[in-house]
Amino acid sequence: MKGFDNPLDLPVATMAARVRDADDPLTASELVETSLLRIEALDPAIHAFLCTTPDLARAQAEAVDTAVAEGRDPGPLAGVPLAVKDNIAVPGVPLTCASKILGGYVPPTWATSVKRAVDAGACIVGKTNLDEFAMGSSTENSAFGATRNPFDTSRVPGGSSGGSAAAVAAGMAPLALGSDTGGSIRQPAALCGIVGLKPTYGRVSRNGLVAFASSLDQVGPMARSAADARALLEAIEGTDAADATTRRMSEVARGPQTGLDGLRVGWAREFDVRDVPGGAPTQDVVDGVRTLLEDGGATSVDLSLPLVEASIPVYYIVAPAEASSNLARYDGVRYGQRTADAETLQQLYARTRDEGFGEEVKRRILIGTFALSSGYADAYYKRAMAARGALRVAFQEAFETCDVILSATTPTPAFAIGEKAGDPLAMYLCDVLTVAANLAGIPAVSIPCGRSAEGLPVGLQLWGPAGSEGRLLDIAEDLADATGHRYLAPSLETGRTA
Amino acid sequence: MSDTPAATPTGRVLIGVEVHLQLNTKTKCFSPSPYSFGAEPNTQIDPVVMGLPGALPVLNREAVRLSIRTGLALGCEIAETTKWDRKNYFYPDLPKGYQISQFDQPLCVGGGIEIDDDEGNPKIVRITRAHLEEDTGKSTHDEGGNKSRVDLNRAGAPLLEIVSEPDINSAGEAERYLDALREIVAFLGTSDGNMQEGNLRCEPNINVIFDDGGKTPIVEVKNINSVRNVGKAIEYETERQTRAYLEQGQTMANTARSTRGWDDDRGVTVHQRYKESADDYRYFPEPDLPALTIDRASVEAERAALPELPRARRARYREAYGLSADDAVVLTGGPVISAWFEATLAGPAGPRDAKTVTNWIQGELLRHLNEHKMDLADVALSPEGLGEIVDLLAAGTINPRTAKELFREVVESGASPTALVTERGLGQVSDRGAVEDAVRAAMEAQPKAVEDVRGGNPKARGRIFGEAMKQLQGRGDPKLVGSVLDELLG
Repeated sequence: MKGFDNPLDLPVATMAARVRDADDPLTASELVETSLLRIEALDPAIHAFLCTTPDLARAQAEAVDTAVAEGRDPGPLAGVPLAVKDNIAVPGVPLTCASKILGGYVPPTWATSVKRAVDAGACIVGKTNLDEFAMGSSTENSAFGATRNPFDTSRVPGGSSGGSAAAVAAGMAPLALGSDTGGSIRQPAALCGIVGLKPTYGRVSRNGLVAFASSLDQVGPMARSAADARALLEAIEGTDAADATTRRMSEVARGPQTGLDGLRVGWAREFDVRDVPGGAPTQDVVDGVRTLLEDGGATSVDLSLPLVEASIPVYYIVAPAEASSNLARYDGVRYGQRTADAETLQQLYARTRDEGFGEEVKRRILIGTFALSSGYADAYYKRAMAARGALRVAFQEAFETCDVILSATTPTPAFAIGEKAGDPLAMYLCDVLTVAANLAGIPAVSIPCGRSAEGLPVGLQLWGPAGSEGRLLDIAEDLADATGHRYLAPSLETGRTA
Repeated sequence: MSDTPAATPTGRVLIGVEVHLQLNTKTKCFSPSPYSFGAEPNTQIDPVVMGLPGALPVLNREAVRLSIRTGLALGCEIAETTKWDRKNYFYPDLPKGYQISQFDQPLCVGGGIEIDDDEGNPKIVRITRAHLEEDTGKSTHDEGGNKSRVDLNRAGAPLLEIVSEPDINSAGEAERYLDALREIVAFLGTSDGNMQEGNLRCEPNINVIFDDGGKTPIVEVKNINSVRNVGKAIEYETERQTRAYLEQGQTMANTARSTRGWDDDRGVTVHQRYKESADDYRYFPEPDLPALTIDRASVEAERAALPELPRARRARYREAYGLSADDAVVLTGGPVISAWFEATLAGPAGPRDAKTVTNWIQGELLRHLNEHKMDLADVALSPEGLGEIVDLLAAGTINPRTAKELFREVVESGASPTALVTERGLGQVSDRGAVEDAVRAAMEAQPKAVEDVRGGNPKARGRIFGEAMKQLQGRGDPKLVGSVLDELLG
């Protein structure tokens, strides 16, 4: 087994345990400095971070180390460096959503999810890049430049949580927070060879997460292993008085080691990507997992979820509709950028928003405004919501016959920067294997599942019924043992032993 | 008989009103900031009110409770489930770019308010619906300048929007409808209902239908700041619309609905905009707030806790206590005076005489409040205190003059009248011997008056009576003094 040359590459539980152990020389401060050094060395080529927060990270690390020295428990994430997607608020640190329109905005309060991670001992090292307002699947829609895939810097890391995925994949931070509205955690996790989990809707507070599509958005963990992801999820989950949509759910702690023998695994034909252009090699990987599971004693259940076919059109009505309303507040009146060139109120609104928003954001605001308009709402929004309800039921029924559904996370590995940038529809289809989980409100996790012929990471996705994150992560851990597919660091030129 | 010109069509005005009632919660509808009228601009705000990125609304349950309480008092059905919707539009005093409101599942449906029509007959104005929503901030624009200012203090305050059917047919009815509503919410304690401070806002929708079938286009009037001005605006609109119909043939068919603003200085309404087509607010369910199931038991508990409403109370005062209409109106003028009246009435040994209690409240107490510009709530005297005075008087323990003096003292001090009477020996002198001594002394002191009375001038009797009371330090039983005097005068 490969040793850990650098404590930053340790499993999170081990890293934190060593920091919490007063007799172990490893400190939170050392972890934070290592992380900051790696970011400094690696990030110029990746551009995962929009900003680093060394003062904050050092202060938090010092607090952790002081706690240990004084015999207090700094928490299960003691000293673990954490990267935070820049649509999640950290007080005193600029919040950009990778948009010009929020220029200069500094939030006054904590997002509940980040605050809980910090209370568990995590140290925030920086804010990561994203597609503007989380709208995109490549992190190319950032007003501050694209993020690059650490496995091939000519390729995208996926999106919209591409910065968080790349930061974890490159080893710059062991943990990151992302947000997932239609696949924004799982798709970049797959493309960057890491674990990314979208929780059940309502498990993690959205307070302080900048809303894109409120009924779909969830904050979730991105990490190098299912165990690490679980550690972060345990810290951030739970009901929150500041978010009325949070719900009490079953715990996510590791369950009994039942193994894969007897597991009922669902395979929906609608998730088969063999006939998708470029999808055959990915499907080969998934089919290989099926064989391995069956050989290991799991039962395969063949399913049909025809409504999944409608999930892209449904998603691209519901999400933009909510976004058109959620993004109305960026009007230049109270905060953020305001046009210098307005004579009337109408001009103030129109020009501020024209100058501040990027193309993709404008496109979605227009789609959403249209979908909610009088005379069209019945045909679009209301029908989409009805389909969404039916999809939720279809998944509930499917999970009566199986414990978990497996699929690819994306039809193909990471594509080249610029390849789909001019074709919004091609970009929207990147979400074909992920949006159904958001529409149904159920959890799904993407885990590494080997490499493509080009050496690019391939992701496997596990879908479970509402509240089943703990079980999903158990299965993910057992699967990694069975397949031997785990996070493998990309070969980057510098910084691995910083 | 000479030729008469073609009869001029007769019009009848139809008025429906939308009332926005600010509810008396401690904090805003969806966030923890307090709201009170007149605070420094932008001092009662928080991330939710400001519409900061990532801030989420959290429902204030008290706003729902006060809405249910109000709805029940208005006879509304309370919805089993209700939900929140976003009403989307851009304006600087609307921080999020949408208002959280209720579109198709209002909390309260149906109901009505009973008023008197112009002939004094009772009439029900039906309520269509009442729903809960958040208030906007306030914009002010520099006169002639190019600056606008936004104050978000009011933004997020809970409003109950009460929409009536067009059942109102005159300015007077509209005013009585609003007065009745204000009275009801005052008794409920759910809103201050003050139009000047904007916690009750009223927008009448007015049009006139004529007996020849013609209908004028509906006009909504905004910016009215008092009940009286609602009446004035309706009178003005009725006249204006009637003229526009008769002189220019303006009808619903050829003219769009419009919004007009009330100009208080000139006493006119001013055209603001036409509503050519329905405004498109792109309503959709608010995803940040779960739908609300209204627990039936809590509704019934709220219903059981409703106070008797002013109109019913007035009827009862007249029937049960024989009060005049005017007295009943005064004693139901607000929850405080009504409670005062009823508490004073309820003596320890059974109810006191209603007419006497009414006279004391109407006479001495309200006069005292007016003279000192005080509220009933600020008075030191308690209803029990006033009741004791009434009892002492009825029992003949004190005489009316002592009673009034006693009142003037205890209304300020709050001391117990019974205790004061005992302590200072203010009890009325009813002892026949003592009264005879006093009357004799008075007659000796006023020989001229005695002579006059006996000479057939009864007016002089008062002088002897006054002298006898003086001998008794004002505490003589006036009836006894009078009868003894008459006896001795022969």
